[in-house]
Amino acid sequence: MCLGIPVKVMQVDGQSAVVDVGGARREISLLLLDDVRAGEWVILHAGFAIQKMDEEEAEKTLALLRELPGAIEIH
Amino acid sequence: MPLRYIDEFRDPALARAVVARIEAAWDGPPVRVMEVCGTHTMAIARGGIRSLVSSRVALISGPGCPVCVTPDGYIDAAIALGRRDGVVLATFGDMVKVPGTASSLEKERGNGADVRIVYSPLDAVAIAVAEPGRDVVFLGVGFETTAPAIAGAILAARERGVANFSVLASVRTIPEAMAILASDPEIRIEGFLCPAHVSAIIGADAYRPLAETFRIPCVVAGFEPLDILLGLAMILAQKKTGRAAVENEYARVVTTSGNRKARDVIGRVFEKCDAAWRGIGVLPGSGLAIRAEYGAFDAAVKHDIAIPASGADTACRCGDVLKGKIAPDGCPLFGTACTPDAPVGPCMVSTEGTCAAHYKYGVQR
Repeated sequence: MCLGIPVKVMQVDGQSAVVDVGGARREISLLLLDDVRAGEWVILHAGFAIQKMDEEEAEKTLALLRELPGAIEIH
Repeated sequence: MPLRYIDEFRDPALARAVVARIEAAWDGPPVRVMEVCGTHTMAIARGGIRSLVSSRVALISGPGCPVCVTPDGYIDAAIALGRRDGVVLATFGDMVKVPGTASSLEKERGNGADVRIVYSPLDAVAIAVAEPGRDVVFLGVGFETTAPAIAGAILAARERGVANFSVLASVRTIPEAMAILASDPEIRIEGFLCPAHVSAIIGADAYRPLAETFRIPCVVAGFEPLDILLGLAMILAQKKTGRAAVENEYARVVTTSGNRKARDVIGRVFEKCDAAWRGIGVLPGSGLAIRAEYGAFDAAVKHDIAIPASGADTACRCGDVLKGKIAPDGCPLFGTACTPDAPVGPCMVSTEGTCAAHYKYGVQR
């Protein structure tokens, strides 16, 4: 029930935003999150953006994974 | 199309490397790690992670699905509301099949009750606006992840003067339940895999008292397979060096302090209360109740309906499953009298329930 999906913010309009959900556009609420800008990624849960996705931290975690012995990248 | 920030964390080649890291990190008997959150339980079952790490980690499923820990008395109260003229029950889909003592929302719908599945509590407000002649009651069930969304809908309804919208609240908070489980010597938890999106709201620091009081490593992990495996590796690394700290694998979303604005929204609408957890009992300070000043949006106040104490008496052992004391197949009803099509207990009903996950994916211990 606590699933949340990463979505890209396409357009911000006051307390709501239009996001891209796997190719579809959807309007969500920004009531719970300040300073959201177009182009950023947020976690969407039950119609609300609940947190920002920190792209730098995502890359750090992936880098750590890729540096493990035996890790072979297949992408 | 590829799903960014999801697909990368499902890479099987990298998963093998993390499993190797897990195997190298620990050579003692399997460490008893509880995954508290139902979304983790599902991801672990779907990814076959339990058997992948079983030589080093004994994964125990905790109580972490809001639907599973909602007492049947709440369902009974919702059903009673749904039988009143002009009432629309708006709910997340997970709740529809959950049995109360005598019926379920699905059965009630078959009998003519107006039960509608919504994706967001804001959708329930929209129904109220579109149908001013109806009284819309949203079944506000959730943990800290969902609490701000429920509170946000109440604030939106107040701002827009939507008088025919209210919430039957059943909101619980996770750290209080973790403390009870951590102190139970029968369960003997040696590590916590802390929930992803609950932590996005409450912040990783919320687990600090747990780690310090009970000397249990607490690692926040995301919901993808690589997140879970890496989180387990981090718990084992702590065990190896005798540490018990809070660490955060899911730093791309979770910060130490969480989402302050969301917590402010929760605090405006809700206040702490004692709450009953199905199968566990009443835990002090583990719930959120709608503040009196928002009584016009509190369905229990507005419709003068009490949530009765739980009453069902079956051989169902969901309580012991929720506490991680037995595996689902330790229940006499599992897979025979209780299946996803005809569930007896909430752990089988919810798609994120431990029993449903075990049934669907044939999980072994």
